[in-house]
Amino acid sequence: MWKWFHQWGSPPHFYRRAGKWLPWLGGLFAVFFISGLVDGLVFAPADYQQGESYRIIYVHVPAAWMSMFIYMVMAVCGIIVLVWRMKMAEIVLISSAPIGASFTFLALVTGSLWGKPMWGTYWVWDARLTSELILLFLYLGVIGLYGAIDEKRMAGRAVAILAIVGAVNIPIIHFSVEWWNSLHQGPTVTKFDKPSIHWSMLLPLLLMAVAFQIYYVWALFLKVRAELLQRERNSRWVEELFRS
Amino acid sequence: MSLSEFFDMGGYAAFVWSSYGLALVVLLLNILLPWQQHRQTVRKLKRMHRRGKDAS
Repeated sequence: MWKWFHQWGSPPHFYRRAGKWLPWLGGLFAVFFISGLVDGLVFAPADYQQGESYRIIYVHVPAAWMSMFIYMVMAVCGIIVLVWRMKMAEIVLISSAPIGASFTFLALVTGSLWGKPMWGTYWVWDARLTSELILLFLYLGVIGLYGAIDEKRMAGRAVAILAIVGAVNIPIIHFSVEWWNSLHQGPTVTKFDKPSIHWSMLLPLLLMAVAFQIYYVWALFLKVRAELLQRERNSRWVEELFRS
Repeated sequence: MSLSEFFDMGGYAAFVWSSYGLALVVLLLNILLPWQQHRQTVRKLKRMHRRGKDAS
């Protein structure tokens, strides 16, 4: 575990290994995404209350899950940055931010596109929607703060602190539909008793959730590699890469 | 189910298809932008090494 941690903490190692993973991640994502898409749009039955509109769930829920998951990754990276001063953790943190922000944006917009036909409104200021909107601002805050500080070491530590502090919002988002009265429906899958959704509707949701998870790693590796090459362009390992 | 029924999504076509369309845009951008950034850096570094200068 520690050996693994140290290896991936080294930029040339990360660059090389991640590069080998890229085609596999892309392929695996395509398999899950296409099967989830076809299953969710074609084979899953219509909902008895919401008709066909509920199919938005297959992009909305995985996007919302990822918006929270990616933030937690950023918070963990933030701890590693502050405690061990690890450069790779800083790069993973800042490379995750645009991906997380776009998933949060996607969750908000698809939610509102689902809300309009079902609730009769695109937006309500209730706990779930508001805390998810705050999450979007936290992501944008991380991106903005990092860009605003010229000294990269300082910038890394500043966004680490913001990522950690902002993580208190994550349980608030998750439990908001239970703590406060909301128009938003309760959880369908992540309940302690068995999920209140039929397997024929659940299967595409799980396929899409796995697809989005793989997608995150894929997009993250692409971004981290791009950042690494740019930041370390004067280092020995990059020079060796281009000498031959 | 006919094809036009499928595209109609029970009358919710506008909501369902714009959700999926936006998802596709988001998924594409997060791949294309870093890919392009990487390619540009590679090009720049190649050019610099061909000239035999220090990359800066």
